[in-house]
Amino acid sequence: MFDRYMIIEGSLRRTDDGFEFDVRIPYYRGIALSMIEAFEVTVDGEEVPRDRIRFLLRGREYTHDELEQDAETRWEFGEIATLRVAWPGRLEPGEHVIRQATQLRIAYLPAPLRGQDEKSLAVA
Amino acid sequence: MRASRGVSLYSLQQAYYLRRLTLEDCIAACAAMGATGIETLAEQMMPGFPHLPDSFYEQWHGWMERYGTTPTAHDMFLDTKRWKHRLLAHEEMVSSVRRDIDHASKLGCTVIRVLVITPPEVVEACIPYAAERGVKLALEIHAPRHFDDEWIQRHYEVYERYGPDWVGFTPDMGIFVRRYPRTHSERLLRDGATERIVQHVVDAYDAAAGGPGAPPDLRWLRAEVEELGGNAHDLRAADLAARMLWSDPQRLRDFMPYVHHVHAKFYEMTDDGTEYSIPYEEIVPILLEGGYTGSLSSEYEGQRHLQDVHEVDEVEQVRRQQRLFARLLGESEQA
Repeated sequence: MFDRYMIIEGSLRRTDDGFEFDVRIPYYRGIALSMIEAFEVTVDGEEVPRDRIRFLLRGREYTHDELEQDAETRWEFGEIATLRVAWPGRLEPGEHVIRQATQLRIAYLPAPLRGQDEKSLAVA
Repeated sequence: MRASRGVSLYSLQQAYYLRRLTLEDCIAACAAMGATGIETLAEQMMPGFPHLPDSFYEQWHGWMERYGTTPTAHDMFLDTKRWKHRLLAHEEMVSSVRRDIDHASKLGCTVIRVLVITPPEVVEACIPYAAERGVKLALEIHAPRHFDDEWIQRHYEVYERYGPDWVGFTPDMGIFVRRYPRTHSERLLRDGATERIVQHVVDAYDAAAGGPGAPPDLRWLRAEVEELGGNAHDLRAADLAARMLWSDPQRLRDFMPYVHHVHAKFYEMTDDGTEYSIPYEEIVPILLEGGYTGSLSSEYEGQRHLQDVHEVDEVEQVRRQQRLFARLLGESEQA
């Protein structure tokens, strides 16, 4: 429901072992991290394996498995978090098409809620 | 006492999400429209919930005083799927609802909107706790469910044993959709649905809705759209028609003592000041004749259907609905 606002414009950055960019939740409220079913990332059409994606919230880094265990910490509504991707080849300077989907386990929905955004972001 | 005008801040979610408005800005915007009741979703605009410090509640009451507003309902959620491999147990659900009752009571709310999936036995277990804190538990009746739905009736059987003092309903006016929302059909077309097929779905919905008796069941539309060679978006149009709901607003009369809060759902307030799909001109008089003394709480939900074309002015949409309500409530001064 907030799909087009998920990826933050201009937030793509290179890191020592890959890249990262900023995201918001695709749902109308914040939720406990344990209800995050999956983050999916595709860069220039290439899918990033799940175990190469880390979620950063308020300075703490989480793997998918760690998210699953944490029902205390909440990703708040509209709060900007970061997805950090280990990407061996790093990224060439210039524009890259990032597609990102987030799946959330919501009590009243039969299947996980899935929001998806795609933006072309430049990296220096 | 009589019915009053309120706003669920759910209506302004996009402005908050994009950090155009703060929680205080949202309250101020509602007060400026003459709305007196403020309904909130703690998990939307109160970061830190359920561990909000006393200073937050002090600030909240300060805002209520400054803007001349009153807290109406707190919308609770029940995360039965909190853990990946198991559902919450009964006791966990009860303690989750109690947590929300505590919060509602600290805000000064008189009602909790109880999430529709909450089992009747969980609501029942919380009634004494809610009563002690002066908070009414009001199960949301949200499409595709309606008053005569089996699940709602199961709740009602429990509620009748306790009477309406501390338990009842929050009907969402989205159970009275008489006309297929234009915001939805136009979005489907922009997404790639077929004009002739969407028109067929819209016509079928509009023809079926509006009468007395049991709500029409439009699940057959899907097969018809398949036969017409509809694409995935056309099928979504059919599924939406089946999930949306027209039920007879007259049915409200039979449940009035149990109606503690009203979600005035809307998708589009037109330039002439009416809701495109939901006949508020008929619904509000039924509520008033039934002795409703709660809040008509605006709940705008059109923003998600317009996001692909423009950032909608949620405040203006709510203002228009509030003007309509001011008229229907017979207020002399326009909002």
